[in-house]
Amino acid sequence: MNKLQKKITITLLILTLLTPAGLFLPVFFNAGDAWGEWSAATVKEFIGYVPEGLARYSGTWKAPIDGYTINSRDASEVHQSGYYIISGLIGATMAMTATILFSKLIIRHEK
Amino acid sequence: MHIPDGYLSPQTYLPLWGVFIAAMAVAVKKVRQEVSVRNIPYLGMAAAFSFIIMMFNLPVPGGTTGHAVGSAVIAIIFGPYAAMISVSVALIIQALIFGDGGITAIGANCFNMAVCMPFVGWLTFRLICGKSRKPGRISVAAFFAGYISMVFAAILTGFEFGIQPLIATGVDGNALYCPYDLKIAIPAMAIEHLLIFGIVEGLVTTFIVRFFAKQENQPIYAFRNKNTDE
Repeated sequence: MNKLQKKITITLLILTLLTPAGLFLPVFFNAGDAWGEWSAATVKEFIGYVPEGLARYSGTWKAPIDGYTINSRDASEVHQSGYYIISGLIGATMAMTATILFSKLIIRHEK
Repeated sequence: MHIPDGYLSPQTYLPLWGVFIAAMAVAVKKVRQEVSVRNIPYLGMAAAFSFIIMMFNLPVPGGTTGHAVGSAVIAIIFGPYAAMISVSVALIIQALIFGDGGITAIGANCFNMAVCMPFVGWLTFRLICGKSRKPGRISVAAFFAGYISMVFAAILTGFEFGIQPLIATGVDGNALYCPYDLKIAIPAMAIEHLLIFGIVEGLVTTFIVRFFAKQENQPIYAFRNKNTDE
């Protein structure tokens, strides 16, 4: 790993430790879901019914670490921050590894 | 901007899967031609960066949330085709592992944030920066690359949401998928990204492009001179 790559890796690790800001800033400013990313229940509150396709497809996939937390019912903010950081570490590592493996398959030259 | 499952009709998400796969095929071919083995670790780091930066949800006070994506900055530094691959990988992992963005909508989300956004960012940067290598000019070009690419992707997402009532409405007049039409979806997506998230994306882009512009042994893709390098 060269100097620049070390610098980037350290920066990414620091950013990962800071990610809980992305969890609590929206709560602090009383902001809800991103536009168009509401649950079926929230859509029902807005318009009075759950669109048929939304009801049918919204349970298509059960993600192993849904919502970047391993326990969404855990009320502790410290625990949730921990889950979020761990999710960040797992996700970033997976993204990096998958991209590197995929790139190694397709890139051949050393220009 | 991560469209969940159930918001897009199959008439929308299936063609977008097709377009995404076709775009990836082009990206693979281009990356094979123009990216060196030496740069592979950076593409991995770019994917990790995009993943992490999307976790920083920022609030519209009393309203919704949003976040930066990083597509423009990756496109400027490593090229739009490399950015397509890095950001797509981040988005696919978000959908599969963390339920952020739908499985059926992977094609749509990747088309918006990993195909269109890097291209718009890269083109904007080239257009504004031109042949200039002055720090001020680079900063302005990078800011608008981030800003315009973000707003573009948001409007595109709003368009995909907004056409659902036109495509799929039940016999009772109820929406089958996203219930909001173009008149609501496009302004909702555009305004928050014009006023907040686009600016954040612009600042992130500027900061990182300026940092890489100072690195002597890691040349920026957008500064490449096509005629001499290829």
